[in-house]
Order: sequence, then structure tokens, then C-alpha cells
Amino acid sequence: MHPAFSIIIFTTLSGLGYGLAAWLGLGLLDPAQPATKVAHVAALALIAGGLVSSTLHLGNPQRAWRAFSQWRSSWLSREGVLAIVTFMPLTWSAYLAVFESRWDPVIGIIGTALCAVTVFSTSMIYASLKSVDSWHTPWTPASYLGFAAASGLAALAAFGAAGGASPLWPLAGGAAVLVLIAWAIKHGWRKQAVRPPLSTPESATGLGHIGKVRQLEPPHMTDNYLIREMGFRVARKHARKLWLIALVMGCGVPAALLAGLAVFPEPAGVASVLVALMAVLSLMVGMLVERWLFFAEARHAVMNYYR
Amino acid sequence: MTSLPSEPTGKKLGLVIDLDVCVGCHACVVACKEWNTGGYGAALSDQQPYGAEVSGAWLNRVHSYEVTPDRRDGVVIGEAGDARVVHFPKSCLHCDDAPCVTVCPTGASYKREEDGIVLVDEDKCIGCGLCAWSCPYGAREMDLAAGVMKKCTLCVDRIYNETLEEVDRVPSCVRTCPTNARHFGDLADPASEVSRMVAERGGFDLMPEQGTRPVNKYLPPRPRTPLAASMAPAADDTTDATGFFGWVDRMLDRI
Ligand code: SF4
Ligand code: SF4
Ligand code: SF4
Repeated sequence: MHPAFSIIIFTTLSGLGYGLAAWLGLGLLDPAQPATKVAHVAALALIAGGLVSSTLHLGNPQRAWRAFSQWRSSWLSREGVLAIVTFMPLTWSAYLAVFESRWDPVIGIIGTALCAVTVFSTSMIYASLKSVDSWHTPWTPASYLGFAAASGLAALAAFGAAGGASPLWPLAGGAAVLVLIAWAIKHGWRKQAVRPPLSTPESATGLGHIGKVRQLEPPHMTDNYLIREMGFRVARKHARKLWLIALVMGCGVPAALLAGLAVFPEPAGVASVLVALMAVLSLMVGMLVERWLFFAEARHAVMNYYR
Repeated sequence: MTSLPSEPTGKKLGLVIDLDVCVGCHACVVACKEWNTGGYGAALSDQQPYGAEVSGAWLNRVHSYEVTPDRRDGVVIGEAGDARVVHFPKSCLHCDDAPCVTVCPTGASYKREEDGIVLVDEDKCIGCGLCAWSCPYGAREMDLAAGVMKKCTLCVDRIYNETLEEVDRVPSCVRTCPTNARHFGDLADPASEVSRMVAERGGFDLMPEQGTRPVNKYLPPRPRTPLAASMAPAADDTTDATGFFGWVDRMLDRI
């Protein structure tokens, strides 16, 4: 599948934003701290930025409002509706933190739950497509949720360090553990992704009863929308290297940094803020590469007609 | 509304494509483009139509495959004579369980209750492309100029069009096909000509494992006499010469 830049940015940024907002909703940071107020605003900005980016690839973005109408059948529509609904408790929580320096558990927890459901529905857009084997599995929502939770808690640890949260080690240690869990889920996802394909050139043409099917001539001399959209190959060539980069940047570096922060806590020190920030940045780079691979490595059933 | 009709559709209008007969001339491809660029919805645009990188939206494409029989032990027989070429036209199959309809967030994609035709309401389409991702057959293509999704309409603007002569009230691709490889009809009616063809010839679904329950059916290529059997006999083999030529043959042998 073609890894559209806008969709990769959208899924990773909004995942981070929802993850951060979800942890903030649990009231883990002191709402009186300026860093906590910034965290609330940052979470909203990340989510909004992701949503705007996701409309960039539309052919007719001016009609995007119509996408709220088909929540009964479409996960894309559900995601749109949930994104808007989730904004309400999140904005309310942010308002309370920024202007009244307080945390309301009811609104906070409603926000946390809605964040989880929204990330879940984003992932179901992909997981519901039977035409893409590797996506069509419960591992897909699991890994989206895992990455959102891990990056969110890592970001929370960074804001906690900046706000002098004490003790810091549960946040940093928890984030390190979640990073490991997220990548363990992703590892499970990659293992299932290599299962034999559901459809083959033989089943696609129905000619398997005669023998082995091979494309003799494509239907067009030049490429077409289907090949551009469903048959992207650039990253596949380097899939192994990219996977290693994703593992090092997304798993090894941030897990080590966060674990270090948990073991040698230095509350409110500039150093701990920097270390946590580096962990978040590195994790985001790793997640972007992972998301790129999620698309670029996915094989679409239609490509059976072009083999 | 992008939920599928709750009841089975009254009719199941669709195509039956005969893979034994198609010669791969692409006439249906061109006829489809010609009709649909001036008919239903936005024109089917091309990008760089006169440039080096021509591309555009087409609703019907013809692939060509080489099918090589497998030996029982799974080893592919490589002899050139045994491979056969199958030309393979492909357009939307108007699936009963169309995933392209249910994924659509806007209600632009829908399946008609009365005849089962799957259509896109272009005034609602936001061009998100998700329906094209969901179709395992590659039957949907984005019109890059209009930013809306395009697909085979089963020529809905011909088949009910009373201003056309009756013989023309069939899809453009069916009307055009010089070898009669494409047939149009109601596949819900077991007595229809298309249903009978499917029953007689063992018509099949493409990718039944995808669970889309396509309406369109394909008829398999008929068994073919092996190439060796239809080869001309060797020039010096006269064993089956009879009558006058047999006598000449025997006389000449004696000399
Ligand atoms: S062939 Fe594809 S576009 Fe046509 S109805 Fe089936 S899934 Fe939808
Ligand atoms: S491209 Fe148009 S028809 Fe297809 S899913 Fe999106 S809004 Fe619906
Ligand atoms: S039925 Fe009409 S729109 Fe569909 S492939 Fe044939 S000519 Fe094209």
C-alpha cells in the first residue's frame, strides 16, 4: 500500500496526542504546575494537527463534514464522530487545568475512555479491510493502542519531569515498560503478517483449476491509480533495515533512556527533562518508521491481478 | 446510506464474462471509457493524455494471463505448447456483500435495493479512497481531476434509457464486444439467459474467499485439444493413403 505522508503523520501524531490526553485524564500530574497546563494544550494541538493532516489527502476536503454521517457501518465515519466527541471532555479538562488549576476525575476519566475508543476506531479502519491480509487482524488495534499508550506516557513523563513531579520514577519506569510492551505487540503483529496470503493469482482469476497463473500483459502500458495506491514498493526493498531502525529508535533508545530516568531520578532537573524529551523524540522517529512500514509492506489483494 | 440493503435485492443485474471467447481486443475498455466520460457523473479524466506518463481513470480493464498446467507433484510443466493464454476483462462485480459500500464514511457509495447496482453519488464523495482500498478486485479508481471515486455503473444510464433503441439498452461494453464475450442480465432469475449460461458452463466467482459474494460471474475457458493432436502429419508419412493416391503411392514405392 502507498504510505501517504499525511496519513502516517496523522496516525502517529494523533496517537501521541490521544495517549498523552488519556494519561492526563487520570490526573497523574499536578494541575497547578505550568508544565501540566502546557501538556494539556500540547495534547489538544497534536490531536488537532493530526486531524487537519488527515484531511489533506482528500479529493474534496470541503465536503469532509459528510464523513460524520455513516457511523452505523463505517469505521472511518465512527472515527470522525468520536474525534469530535472526544474533544469536548479533553477541552473541558484542559480548561480546568489551565484556568482553574484543578483536575476533575469524572471529566478526566470520560476523556481517557474516549481517547482509547477513538484510537481503536482509527485502527479499525485498517483492521476491517479484508483485502489487506496483514492489517485484517486484532493485532492491528492492539498495536495502535499500545503505541498510543506508550508514547503518551513517555510524553507525560517528560512533562512530569518539567513540572517537578515527585516521585518521577513510576512515570518513567511505566513508560519504559509500556514501550517494551508496545513493541512486543508489534512483534506479534509482524509474525502474523507473514502468514500465507488469503488470495492468490489463481483464486483472483479463478483459473487455478487449469494451472499456475502468470501475468502475460498488464492492462495498460503505464501505471494506474491501482498500482500507485496499492502497489507501493520503495520501502519494501529496505524493509529489514527500516525495521531495525524502527526497533533501535523506537524501542531500544527510548526504553533505555526512560529506564535510566526511573533508576536515577533527579526531580525537576533540567537533565531529566532533556532525557525524557530525547526518549519521546526517538520513540516518535521509531513509530514513524514503523507506521511507514505498516503501509509500505502491506500487500493488497488486487496486486494478484498484476503478478 | 452506506449500509447494504437488508433484504436481498429484487434483481441482481450484472455481467457474465466468457473467458473462452474473449480475444483481448480491448474494445469494451474503450467503449466503456467513451460512454462513461460523457455520461453519469464527472468526465473520466486522464492525466497527461498526450505526455509521456499517460494515465487516467478506467472502469474496465483487460488483463492477459498465461496459465501453465501443474503436474500432480506440483512441478510446473514448462513446455510452451501446454501453456494457454486467457484474456481477462475486469470491471466492478456489483458484489452482494460489497465492502466498498460499508466502509464509505459519507454515504456516497450505495447498493440499489431494486437491482443491486453499486453506485457512487459523486456529490457526496469526499475522495478519501477508502472504498478503493476495500475492494479486493481493483474495481474503483479515483478521478484525479474531480477528486471523486469512479466505478462501473453497469451503464445505469443506458439499461433503463427509453430514448435509446431497445437493442442499445445494454451496457456499452456488452453492446460493443465483437466476440460476444460479455453478457448482461438478471442473475437473481434462474430462468434468465445469463443464469442458464452460468449453470451450464460452471460459471464461477472471483476470490470467493474474500466473502464479497460478487454478482458478476466468469465462464471458464473450455478444455482444449492438446497442441500436438492438431499438428499436421509428417510429410513422408503415407500410411493412411487410400484409393487412387494409395495406388500411386504403392506403385512409386516399387520403382
Ligand atoms: S467489485 Fe469492488 S467496487 Fe465492485 S461491488 Fe465488489 S467490492 Fe465494490
Ligand atoms: S472515496 Fe468517496 S465513495 Fe469512496 S469511501 Fe470515500 S467518500 Fe465514499
Ligand atoms: S457496464 Fe458500462 S460502466 Fe460497467 S464496464 Fe461495462 S461499459 Fe463500463
